[in-house]
This record gives sequence, structure tokens and C-alpha cells, in this order.
Amino acid sequence: MKPARFAYFQPDSVDEAVACLRENGGEARVLAGGQSLLVLMNRRQIRPTALVDLKRVRGLDYLVRDGEGLRIGALTRHIDIENADDPQIRTAFGVLPESARLIGHLPIRTRGTFGGSIAYADPRAEWCLLAVLLDAEVVVVSEDGSRTVPAKDFFTGAHQSAARWDEIVAEVRFPHPAPNAALVEFGIQQGDLPVVAASAAVDLDARGRIASARIALGGVADRPVRANGAEKAAVGSVPDGRLLDHLAQLASKELDPPADPRTDGHDRKELATVLVARALRASIARGATAGTGATPRTGATPGTSATAGTGRQADHQKAEDR
Amino acid sequence: MNAIGTSVPRLEDERLLLGRGRFHDGVIRPGQLWMRVVRSPVAHGRIRGVDTSAAERLPGVVSVITSADLVGMPRIPVRQPAPGMDFTPYLQAPLATGFVRYVGDPVAAVLADDPYVAEDAAELVALDIEELPVALDARSAADLELECFGGHRAEVGIIEFGYGEVDEVFAGAAHVVSTNLRVGRHSGTPLEPRGLVAEWDDRAERMTIWGATKVPYFNRRVAAQMIGLPEHRIHMLETDAGGSFGVRGEFYPEDLLVPYLCFRTRRPVKWSEDRAEHFVAANHARQQEHDIELAFDEDHRLLGLRNEAWLDNGGYIRTHGAVVAVLTASMMSGPYRLPACRSRVHIVTTNKTPIGTYRAPGRYQHNFVREHALDVAATQLGADPVELRRRNLLDATEFPHRRAIHIFGSPMVLDGKDHLEHFDKALASSEYQAWREQARAARESGRLVGTGCAFILEKAGLGYDSAIVDVDTTGAVRVAMGGANVGQGIETVMAQITAEEFDVPAESVKVVLSDTDILPDGSGTFASRTTVVGGTAVKQAAEAVVRKARRVAGVLLGADPEELRVEGGTLFAPGDPDKRLTLAEIARVCFTPAHLRNGEEPGLIGRSTYVADGMTYPYGAHFAQAEIDPGTGQVRLLRYAITYEIGRAVHPQLVRQQILGGAVQGIGGALFEEFRYSERGEPQSITLNDYRWPRASDIPEIRLDVFEDSPAPGNPLGVRGAGEGGTAGAGAAVANAVRDALQLTGDVGALPLHPERVKELLRRRDGGDADRPARDA
Repeated sequence: MKPARFAYFQPDSVDEAVACLRENGGEARVLAGGQSLLVLMNRRQIRPTALVDLKRVRGLDYLVRDGEGLRIGALTRHIDIENADDPQIRTAFGVLPESARLIGHLPIRTRGTFGGSIAYADPRAEWCLLAVLLDAEVVVVSEDGSRTVPAKDFFTGAHQSAARWDEIVAEVRFPHPAPNAALVEFGIQQGDLPVVAASAAVDLDARGRIASARIALGGVADRPVRANGAEKAAVGSVPDGRLLDHLAQLASKELDPPADPRTDGHDRKELATVLVARALRASIARGATAGTGATPRTGATPGTSATAGTGRQADHQKAEDR
Repeated sequence: MNAIGTSVPRLEDERLLLGRGRFHDGVIRPGQLWMRVVRSPVAHGRIRGVDTSAAERLPGVVSVITSADLVGMPRIPVRQPAPGMDFTPYLQAPLATGFVRYVGDPVAAVLADDPYVAEDAAELVALDIEELPVALDARSAADLELECFGGHRAEVGIIEFGYGEVDEVFAGAAHVVSTNLRVGRHSGTPLEPRGLVAEWDDRAERMTIWGATKVPYFNRRVAAQMIGLPEHRIHMLETDAGGSFGVRGEFYPEDLLVPYLCFRTRRPVKWSEDRAEHFVAANHARQQEHDIELAFDEDHRLLGLRNEAWLDNGGYIRTHGAVVAVLTASMMSGPYRLPACRSRVHIVTTNKTPIGTYRAPGRYQHNFVREHALDVAATQLGADPVELRRRNLLDATEFPHRRAIHIFGSPMVLDGKDHLEHFDKALASSEYQAWREQARAARESGRLVGTGCAFILEKAGLGYDSAIVDVDTTGAVRVAMGGANVGQGIETVMAQITAEEFDVPAESVKVVLSDTDILPDGSGTFASRTTVVGGTAVKQAAEAVVRKARRVAGVLLGADPEELRVEGGTLFAPGDPDKRLTLAEIARVCFTPAHLRNGEEPGLIGRSTYVADGMTYPYGAHFAQAEIDPGTGQVRLLRYAITYEIGRAVHPQLVRQQILGGAVQGIGGALFEEFRYSERGEPQSITLNDYRWPRASDIPEIRLDVFEDSPAPGNPLGVRGAGEGGTAGAGAAVANAVRDALQLTGDVGALPLHPERVKELLRRRDGGDADRPARDA
């Protein structure tokens, strides 16, 4: 559990960091919170020749409202999102602080960063899932300048992204408020990376019918995925329990989840059905509470694990670095 | 100042809380080298070659050894031989010789001047291994004849215990209930992995070893014999330890390699195991498959028990020999009135990490298997599970209760009192019947909530131990005994037992554990034996000191020694309390010519050895209430309660913590912890991501009632051992609660009850799922 030999750099700015990255060629890695990267290095599963540590880089640690949207700096720690006290963020993006609580344990949340998680592109990670659900944009920078990649195009595979080897994730932008968004996940234990996670953002019209629905799943493919068919089918319907179960079936029908030694694809599909139904209910319940939608006609879901606070999930190598 | 029975502050706490504890990794010797073990990446294979040349060329590497360097060295022996069973072909060599038997089997050892270089060099050792077929299931592997064992069968032997006319009883029984149950592979996985430091002293021509825990005297003996050194040339020194649980401290290959490399290079050698290594190298435990049958008469009275089990032993027989099988088979009869019993355990080697003893070895399994079978029987007989137990538990008229069985050479005599009374008290204090009502109401509202109980039989205390107590001329009291500090607070307990005899504060007593230069022999810390056996030796040694103090003080005070009173570390005659002598004054006098005697050790010192006649059998009950998420299969424990008969608690708070900590480990094995393997025998649980420890959020508040109703008759302290009762019943209670929550008519099949297994049980209960085959979770 000792890493192989590597060079270590500690640049003071983003400019220095991207220059350093380019100088070191494709084998260098960016170190942010270190909660995934260092574990992989200690186990010698990866052997970067150089680490570019962003510890001394200032100015990438922020949560800023931007019109009705939100921008999050890449070096923002999970704990700072969890503890965000801006009431407008809490209202418009409540799902973010609530989901932060599902990430690892307090020490992990204290060190791990938002941008690190996005860059690591774990198909189960909460931030990646919510970026896809909420149509976020990822800003990456290199010596050549910056560019913006839609989240749906950013995640290209398990731990693979559209960021090039000489680019650093600098910021993630959430363009539209999502007061009703909810995330529900199943992990074996609290703090685990989920086996499967589901998120939903449902808006109802004045008559209590579904005006729009977004549904995204994690842990069911090599990247977070949207359930487009179920989203389309939802529009215009009355969100009773039967419909939500039907939408959940539709959402999981589109999936062909991979197996791992613990959970086979069939189990993941079943979990997806259960969790999408719960996420839809949680989203609609949230709309009802906030007065932005009609009262949902759904029952309670015992033993659930939602952003409402009883989340169960865990992984010592929470995804924080690329 | 009644030290025994008081929860005094732990003597260990000050140094541990102030960062002054010393664990093996904190032992840093000048010029020390680091050892890294090269381990087999395949589960079974023939070693065609090991090329160390590239590793040896790496700057910083001092030495690389393979089995070729250890030719003629004996294999690691068993600590507890089993009469009639020859383990020789199955013993492990310190470095694999000819064949590898599991992923993690040590093949070479690298010594370098830096731990990073050692790990770099280990990667450069090239292994040429021809892969052979792997055996991963004990039951089906039993008949394999294995070349690596010289053609011997994979089945090492069968341990059988029994009494009564079992087959006749079954033939005539009104009801027979049978089931097949499996216990998963998990183990004690201490927070601090293993580690050793050895240093050679050129002037004294001897070696000091830090980091041995559990059985330092045995380990010294084995190291001396294997290396070919006199025992007195090895000095074992204790360190603090972050847990043992029976796993840490056995003699493993590394316990030979570290002192051997130290002796060979004459330089300090350090080895500090990492977590990934620990998961494949340190003893696994538990894994067994059982076919159990229970026979009842028409009134639901137990008539007989028949059990056949297969123990998945892993690659080699390690130091415990057949202990796990013995404790599984012999105690299967449990706490019940059982006229006839036959229990057999097949010990079968497989291509996995070898197993060993882990907290409540055998008892975790036999309590689970028997108590779960009882719940299945209750359903099939239409009986209430609580009443079925009440009807069959041994009652006041039946103690001491002798089973016609000898365990480790001693007759099995259940030495407690009324088990039925204990169960009734336990039912009352846990309010279990109310839990059952709640669960029933919850089920009626559509939730999957259930309750389960188990009555457990434990055992403790075994063998012998020695102690020395002395009072020096400053009045300082020191006790040396052969147990080991593994974080359980044993220093405090030994200080209390000594302090009681002198009527001094426990914190004034210095405790030295397993220092082989001070005390020549000791048995170690395992089997809930340290307070029972070592504590009794300490008590007797302290009594010897008091006897001598009385004798000397009697002369000085002109009083009858027997009439002298001991109070606050002084002696005085009751009629003349102003004239008193301190222990320091008496100690000084002990060295004067008038008080020296031929053949008697000078000074105020006492030695004693206590040999336990047999084991003591504590008992207790576990209760669980669980809820299952029907969507995910996740089991959530809502309530948990334990009652336990302790005999006598020397330190009540430590007893509680032992039981609670043990329960958490037991729950871990029931719900989370499992060493999984791929079809090729590759370990799938090599990080704490995959091998899941229970966490605070997984454990409800545990209600614990410790009873002191029945002091153990076999030892003067009356203690029964506290280390394992919290673990022994957890598998049973959790399984029974899950079964009840699902309202199964059959059994849960296997532990641990992880979500996939529970989902599978739900599917089967609901009539199966046509488009998927039944899965062996």
C-alpha cells in the first residue's frame, strides 16, 4: 500500500497548473481532495509519473448564484455544499446540499471536492448524476483556454470524460433552478457509493398534471443516464401511484445494467425500478411542500433512502480526483 | 477499597489518550530494514520457478529469500493438537514450497532499507506458477486427492461428538425437522493489522521481538525451534495492540520470516501489514455448511439432534489445528435437555486463505445453526418459538449438567444454574414480548418487521497460566502474567485482582504482560480465558505475597499472622491498630538475614500457576427486531438486546464493552462481512469497500443486562469469561428476526443476510421469478 515513485508539483494558479500538466505529458494526474486518487495510487492500480496538486490554487472554491442558475468552483469541498446557507440555493438547488450528505463520511466530505468528483466521472457518484439530471455544463481549462461541455456529453464512460489529459475541470454551471429535484439511492451501508441511484425533477402544472419530468439514474451504465422515454411519457399525466410505478418500469426497461461481483444486472434493474419510483414520489412531495405543485397521491415508502436525509450509501474511495 | 466489582478508570487510558501508547509500528530501531512479502497471485498452482534477480539488483534491497533459503526448516506446527489427527501433510511452510494453496500464500520475502523500495522490489520478483484446478467448496472437495499434500485427501479429518442412542431416537420420534444452513466466511479484522519488529543484540547474542500478541510464549518457542536458537535468546516484549479477536497474534509465516531475516542479517527488521495483505494473509474464519436434524416428541420435547457439517478450512492447517471443529461439534447440544446427540464436522482444505479461531469460534456457528433450526421447527410444529425454547431449556433441578462428552480432555459439565430462569428474566428485561407485538402490528400494516431470539451456550477458560506478584522496597506492587494486552483492558483487570488482596488502589499496581524475561511461561489471551485462568493465577500469587507478609509482620509485631488485617497496603493486629507495617517496610525486612530461608525466594514475592480443571460454560440470550426494505432487500436492525451470565464481573464496565463490541462483530458477520471469491479463487474482498465492517449507523442501541446469578464453581474468582458471549448469538438472533420479518416457513439458508440474499428469499417466498434461475448468493 505504498505508491510507486512519482514527481510532485504544487502550482499556485490555474495557469501554472495547466502548464505543469502539459509539461508532464499524459501520465500526470491532478490532485484535488485525494479521496479516490491516493487510494488508487497506494494500491498501485494507477501509477502516475507526476501529481499536480491544486492545494495552493486559489479562487476555485465557490458557490455563486448566476442569474437564476448556480456556479460551483471545482475545488469546493463537499462539506461546503452540504453547509451552504444561502437560502436561495437551499430553495432553488436544495437537492445539492441534501445529496452532499450522502457522500462518504465527514472526513471524506471535508477533503473531497466537487470538481474532483466530476472529473473522476464515477457512474455512481451523486454529483455526476445530478449534473446530468439538471443539464449542467462543465467548464474545463487548459493552456489553450477554456471550453464548456454539457454534462450529457462530458461523461463518456466509467471514469472517462470529455476532458483531455491537459485539461482541468474548473467549474460546473447549473443553468436552471430545480426546487423539486430529489435524489434517492441504495448503498449497502451509509456513506457507500450507491449500487444504484435515481434522481428526478418533476414539475406539475396548475391542474396537478405533470408539466415536465427529468429522470436520471446512476450505477446502471458506464455513466449517468437520463430516462428519456419515461420523461416523455410523464408529461400531461396525473401523478398517481400507478403512473409513477409505470414510469419507473419504463425507466428501467431502457436499461441494460452491468453486473459486478455483488450485484447482477437484473438486481440493478429491479433496484432502478424501486428507486425511480421513490425519487419521483420524493420530487412530487417536495413540489407539494414548496407549494409549487399539487399534493401527490402517493403512499409512504418505508426504509427508503432519499435526499430527505436517511441516505445510505459508502465507499472509501469516494470519487474525487481525476 | 473493594477493587473487584468496581469500574475503576482503565490503567491503559492515560497513555493511550495522551498518545503515549506504543504499537508495533511505533517501534523504530536504528538501521531497521523493511520486509515485504511476495504473495501468490493464484489460488492453486505448482511453482516452476521464482526469479529474484531483478529484485536483488534494485538499489536499497538487502536480501530476497524464497523457500530455497529455508530448506530443512520444519513447517509451522499446531498449537493445540487434536488426538488421533495427523496434521503434518497440511501444515504451512513459512514460504510456499513446491505448490501454492491460496491467493496470498507467501512465496518470497524482500528486505530493503525503505518500505517503498521493499514494495517496488516485491513487484520485481518473477513467479512462474502453473495453475492447477481450484477447490472452493468444502463439501464437494472432501474426496480430492492432492499432489501438494503428498496424495492425501483434501479432507483432513472428521471431528465427532455424541452421546445417547441418536438413530433410535430419530426412528421413533413424532416429529423430525431438518434443514441445511451455511455460515459465510468472515473474520476478526482488527483495526490495527499485524506487524512485528525484531532486533538482534550482538553483545548479548539475542533477539528482541516486539508485536507478538495473543500467545507470545508459544510464538517464541516456535520461532526458536524453527530458526534453531535457544528460547532464551529470544525476548518477547509487549506492545499495545489495536485488537486481536483471536486472529492477530497466532504464529503465521511472517512470525518466522521477521525473526529469521533479523537473525540472518543481524539487523533490525520491521514488517507492518497493510489492509489488502491482511485480508488475504491473516486467518479467515467461520465458513461452514451444516445439515441439522432435530427430533421431538408429541409434546415438542427435544429428543435428539443430528448434525453433519463441513468446515471450509482454506489452504493449510494453521496453529489452531481442529479447535474450531471441536468447539462446533462438541457444543452443538447447547443449553437444552437433549437425551441424544451426534455432531460431526468434516475439516476440508480448500484454495482460500486458511481459517483460524475468531471470537466465539464454533459457537457463532453452532448457536446459529441450532437456534435457527429451532425456529424452523417451531413453525413446522405449530409451536411458539419462545415456548419451544422454554419447554426444553435446562432448569434448576438439572445442574451441574453433565454431557457424556470430553472436550479438550475434560468432561463437559455445564456449571451454570437454571437456564430457564435466565431466559424468563431475559424475556422480561428485554421486553421481548412487546417487541413481538409491535412487529406483528407493523406486519399487519404492510411492513416487513420481525423478531428473533436465541439462547446461547458459551464456554470460557482453558488450560493454565502463571503469575508473579512482588512488592519492592519502595512498596511498589508489580504483577507479571502471561496474558496479552490486545486492547481489552486486561492490565486494569489484573491490577484490580492484585489490588484487592492488598487493599490498595488499582492504579497503584504495575502490570507487565508477556515479558518473557520476567515470567518464563504463559498461555496467552484467547478463549475468554485471561481473567478466568490468568486472573486466578494472579490472585493466587498475590495471596502468596500476603501470606509471606503476614508471616514477617507477625514476627515484627509479635502477633498471630493469621489474625493480622490487611488494610490500605498495611498490616496490623486488630487489637493494636496503631502499630502497623506498610508493605514497603515488610519488603525491606524480607531481605534481612533473619527472614531469609533456604530454598525460598528472597523479598516479598509470590508466584503461582493455576491449572483449570475444565471449562466454564456461561450462557445468555440474544434478541433482535429487524425491518426489511421490500424494494432493496436491506435489513435494518431496529432493536437488539442481550442478557449474559457472567458469574462475577471484575470490572463491570469492561464486561459490558466486551459484550457490546462482540455483538457488533457478530452482527457484522450476520449482515455485512464476507470474504468472497471468484470462480478462480481470487479474493473479491480486499478492501474495506468490499469487506464491510458494521458502522455506527447500522447498529441500534443494544440493551444489555449482565447477570451475576451463578459464580463459576471452578475458579476462586467465580468469573465466567466475557469476551465472546456478545458475538456468539448474533448470527442466530439476526437470522431469526429476518426469517420472522419475511414470515418464512423454511430457513434463511445462509449468513450473511446481505440485501441480494434477502431479495432472493423474498422472491422465493413470493413464488419465485420465472425469468431468473435460483441463485446461490
